[in-house]
Amino acid sequence: MLQIKELKKSFKLPDGQRLPVLDVEQFTIGDAEQMVLIGESGGGKTTLLHCIAGIMTPDSGRIELDNIDLLKLSEAGRDRVRAAKIGYVFQTFNLLPGFTALENVRLGMTFSNRKPDPQRAVDLLRRVGLGERLHHKPAALSVGQQQRVAVARALANRPTLLLADEPTANIDPTNQQMIIDLIRDSCAEERIALLIVTHSMSIAEQFTRVDRLEELNRVHAGSKK
Amino acid sequence: MNLLHIAWRNMQQRGFATILTVFSMALGVALVVLVLSISWTITESFDRNSNVGYNLIVGARGGSLQLVLNSVFYLSKPIEVLPYDDYLEFLPGDQRAKEIKRIGGRIAEPERQGSYGVFTQGGFAIPICLGDYYGPFRVVGTTPDFFNKLRYGKMNDLEYQFAEGRNFVTDSPENGFFEAVLGSQVATTMNVKVGDKIQTTHGDPEGAGHGEAFTVVGVLAPTGTPNDRAAFINIEGFYLMDNHARAFVDPSHPDELKVDVAREGQTSRDPLPLEKRDVVAVLVKPGNPLFAIQIERPVNKTMRMQAVSPIAEVSNMLEMFVGPVKNALLGLTIVVCVVSGISILVSIYNSMSDRRRDIAVMRALGARRDIVLFVVLLESLLIAILGGMLGWFAGHAVGVACADMVEERTGLQIGFFNTITAYELTLIPGLVVLATLAGIIPALVAYRTDVSKNLGA
Repeated sequence: MLQIKELKKSFKLPDGQRLPVLDVEQFTIGDAEQMVLIGESGGGKTTLLHCIAGIMTPDSGRIELDNIDLLKLSEAGRDRVRAAKIGYVFQTFNLLPGFTALENVRLGMTFSNRKPDPQRAVDLLRRVGLGERLHHKPAALSVGQQQRVAVARALANRPTLLLADEPTANIDPTNQQMIIDLIRDSCAEERIALLIVTHSMSIAEQFTRVDRLEELNRVHAGSKK
Repeated sequence: MNLLHIAWRNMQQRGFATILTVFSMALGVALVVLVLSISWTITESFDRNSNVGYNLIVGARGGSLQLVLNSVFYLSKPIEVLPYDDYLEFLPGDQRAKEIKRIGGRIAEPERQGSYGVFTQGGFAIPICLGDYYGPFRVVGTTPDFFNKLRYGKMNDLEYQFAEGRNFVTDSPENGFFEAVLGSQVATTMNVKVGDKIQTTHGDPEGAGHGEAFTVVGVLAPTGTPNDRAAFINIEGFYLMDNHARAFVDPSHPDELKVDVAREGQTSRDPLPLEKRDVVAVLVKPGNPLFAIQIERPVNKTMRMQAVSPIAEVSNMLEMFVGPVKNALLGLTIVVCVVSGISILVSIYNSMSDRRRDIAVMRALGARRDIVLFVVLLESLLIAILGGMLGWFAGHAVGVACADMVEERTGLQIGFFNTITAYELTLIPGLVVLATLAGIIPALVAYRTDVSKNLGA
């Protein structure tokens, strides 16, 4: 469902030179597959996720999601694909502070062409254990509850791929496992492919497929040599 | 969740700044509405009063505007007077002869018709005398024809109605020449009713009182004209008051100007003789409106008279004074609105640095650039429309709050909706344009927000 080939991304430095960040020869995820990508901080994990989500444009390469070549689309086209097919869980949750938990989840349904399903937003929040907190704003929720809202929002639009960027990095150990279980179970239930990037070995050990970014990213591999 | 909801939530998040900005816009719009309402009130007031029910005012030579202000609006300083025989020149047919016979006195060619009488046949000529006050209100000495023949209202089709009592008559069995009719506001303010006696003062509101008392026989129903603010007394009684008789030259003693003896031998049962009378103005309605010019031209060629058209004069006055003031005020209030628009810009623009992450999150959830641009424009529009509605209501509410005062001074009844002008219809597109202009810069900032940089991890 996701195929990446010869993906390269670099950033322009103030002196005009370019700093290579990503150079991935090939990377795939199958339908409903769940995997972890581990790597050190600054290794390009977030950049890779942003490229897959169409938030960032790579220098070259090919990213296919459900047989759609994202890089051949216009920016608005990539926005539409992202709205319809990709769910995103951020390390810092990124909930909108002025919106209630329910509104944050419904926001995840607003921008795709699908017909909004308000009941699904309620059901998702009940599923993540926040049925009693539908109308609470993020500031009134604990950190763990906020991340659960973020997970519900990522699932709201029935994506085919869920990207989770260090989803437990800001959460206490008690809630970490609960969030991982919640993400995995939800993705399994709805047959959503899952890509979690993390540097936590304890999370990685729970997955059958674990890729190391250092091995995947030739920029990083080159520096190691 | 629709985009309007998202924009509303964004505004709520900046609650205090949003309220201040809405208030600023409301203030601007309220000022525009107030200026338009005041302008409507002034124009309507003048329009109503310029349709006075007669075509010409004839008075002594001098300022034509002052003649109109005196005769129509009972304003401005007193003007020169005309001898009564000038008024008689406007009486048609044998009315001049009859009037001379009724009054008595020395006059040349008492049997002939008035010089302009042929043109007023089928119309009327009504004399008025001014100069006295009843409390703060002007006193008008006139004939019963003032209420019998004059009509008022936009179409000049409304007869004067009496809320109480009746019109005065020239010589009543019970009150003689001393009957009065009060405008509605005069009766209310002075707390006078039919049957009461009133005494007028000479020259100014605080002037010396005349000895003669007039019996109030009628109170006019409100008309929305300056007549609501005037006290009308029988012209015959007016002439018989102290200092109201004209100084004259007695042909038997041509070197002596008889001032002190003007009322010599006069009783309150005899009309003041012709040679002792004068008038401030004659209100003339020709039998055919086309005859107005036939009167106006020759009158204006005389040495001491002038004839002016009240409608033309009022219209000139509106153009000369009210129009430029209205435009200046409108210009100022539009500047206030533009400043309010700038405050919207500043308010939203200042919030953009705090909202970059929120915009990036929306974009990460699939919102296109044009959608986030539109959301910011919607916020600007909502602020402008909310402020506009609030200001519109506030502007008209202030008008309603001042309704009593306005009615007291102009006779106009101000309601919430009757002061709405066509100009106000331009408020809606005006606000949309203003909001779009104010919102476009912050909206472009939102449009250009770099998702990856502002999303964080």
